Amino acid sequence: MDKNELELQIDAARIRIGVLKGLRKCGAGHIGGSMSMAELLAVLYGGIMRVRPDQPDWEDRDWLVVSKGHCGPAVYSALALHGYFPEAELETINQGGTRLPSHCDRNRTPGVDMTTGSLGQGMSTALGVAFGNRYNGRASHTYLILGDGEMQEGQVWEGALFAAQRKLSNVVAFVDNNKKQLDGYTNDICSLGDIAQTFRNFGWFALDCDGNDVASVRNAILTAKRNGEKPSMIVMHTEKGIGCTFTEGVLYNHHVKFTEAQCDAAIASLENHIAAIQEKESAHV
Amino acid sequence: MFKVETTVLPEKTEMRKTFAATMDSLAEEDKRVVYLDCDLMNSIGMTSFAAKRPEQTVNCGIQEANMIGVAAGMSATGLVPFAHTFGTFASRRVMDQVFVSAAYARLNVRIIGSDPGVTASTNGGTHMPLEDMGMMRCVPDVTIIEPTDSTMLADILRQTKDRYGVFYIRLSRKIADKIYQDGSTFEIGKAAKLRNGTDVTIFTSGISVADALKAADILAGNGISAAVSNMFTIKPIDRRAVVEAAERTGAVVTAENHSVIGGLGSAVAEMLTETVCAPLERVGVRDHFGEVGSVDYLKKVFSIGVEDIVAAAKRAVGRKAAGK
Repeated sequence: MDKNELELQIDAARIRIGVLKGLRKCGAGHIGGSMSMAELLAVLYGGIMRVRPDQPDWEDRDWLVVSKGHCGPAVYSALALHGYFPEAELETINQGGTRLPSHCDRNRTPGVDMTTGSLGQGMSTALGVAFGNRYNGRASHTYLILGDGEMQEGQVWEGALFAAQRKLSNVVAFVDNNKKQLDGYTNDICSLGDIAQTFRNFGWFALDCDGNDVASVRNAILTAKRNGEKPSMIVMHTEKGIGCTFTEGVLYNHHVKFTEAQCDAAIASLENHIAAIQEKESAHV
Repeated sequence: MFKVETTVLPEKTEMRKTFAATMDSLAEEDKRVVYLDCDLMNSIGMTSFAAKRPEQTVNCGIQEANMIGVAAGMSATGLVPFAHTFGTFASRRVMDQVFVSAAYARLNVRIIGSDPGVTASTNGGTHMPLEDMGMMRCVPDVTIIEPTDSTMLADILRQTKDRYGVFYIRLSRKIADKIYQDGSTFEIGKAAKLRNGTDVTIFTSGISVADALKAADILAGNGISAAVSNMFTIKPIDRRAVVEAAERTGAVVTAENHSVIGGLGSAVAEMLTETVCAPLERVGVRDHFGEVGSVDYLKKVFSIGVEDIVAAAKRAVGRKAAGK
């Protein structure tokens, strides 16, 4: 069942908490990009994607390819939240023998549809999946999450041409445009310009949205799915590290080291945020 | 089961004709089969296939990295992709895509790299894959096969369709020498012995097979009995065949249309180092870039022709006799 806006906001906060709990033991991880895409994961798993947590390989499911594979912890947190595996398992992230490695691996994690981590490659594998599902007559959608820094990879643009040529309208792609990459601001390193306009020029349906606003993300997806015969690109304007007290507003927050105290404080802050939303929700009722 | 032709003569048709005909029959009988290319369908003779089976054809345009990823993604949904481009692009240009999107992801992709080694001929150094097998050998679980003639090519393509994993198939597009009788079948991972011999064993593959047979004839005239074994599966290599040959004949030669670094010569050397103490002489390209020229000219330039195999076999036998 589709969740309402406040429920999705709570899910986004829970996904952030899961990331922090999962990485607490490591004391380090790709926090920045995991935080910026929490709302998207909340929306996708909160009613947009047709999936069966108890049957991750269900043939008619919608697929999710997280090409910014280093944000595996956010994906695992969302999967745990939706019952793919126990939330306690998040604490095994990056521990030897885990099913939850730093970068997404389709052979290890229930619910992870594609192995990613070498940037740019998820674009092509997602398109292959979309082609295959359409070829097999399945009505499923393929959702693809790219990082903004990742757009600097040439393979992304090969895929952009390919998807338009093949009219892969069953693809809904997102750029988590948090404006930053490992070494700083994308504009200072290798600027991407107007991503949505560029994709329009490549023959896609493209639109911008506020990627840290669940309603904006959800509306953008629903609009994209109605677009007709083009693949869709949703450029999500986000903030890297948002919602986590020790990464929000920090310049270098791609891969972050933190103490347990910092982690606990960030979790407490998010729990307060959830309580505030719940209060709002009950007042609303 | 395979049967060897008694006389080695050129085939009547080019390998690419067999490739196209076999792909057509595989695509006919199995709708999961999809053919991908990067603007080289004309070169490999697949334009009729594309016209007849547009839904099973994906010409990506000139974007090899994307092609490998798309093929990997397709296979995740149950399709059986065959992806072709020139061997240089099918290997070194897309190594990370082959590694991560296909092999590491445990997906199911057949990669056809055409114009191996000196058969790239007048396309020259940029297009001459002398290192493709070496790079592919480093990737876990990739099966590397170099079919020798049309009969073997058709059988290998058919077999790989029904197997799972990443396959790198090294394919000469041109006329090959006919080594095997029609209807022959082969076991992937098992060397196909062509000739018995007692003094030295020559392991070879691809276009070097015919040269090795000619070399064995010359060696016989010189009183050296050379066994010839077609190691058409470079990975996983037939360990037993190497060990047995080294034990039986006491001297080994490898002959390949590839660099001695990373290919068949390397694979056999690695195997022998860990097993049987026997002299090994490797015929292959000695750490050079490719260049333009006819195949015969390039074989001379790189010292990978019949006379080079003969000389290597004599050296190996000599070392065996000298105990070094």
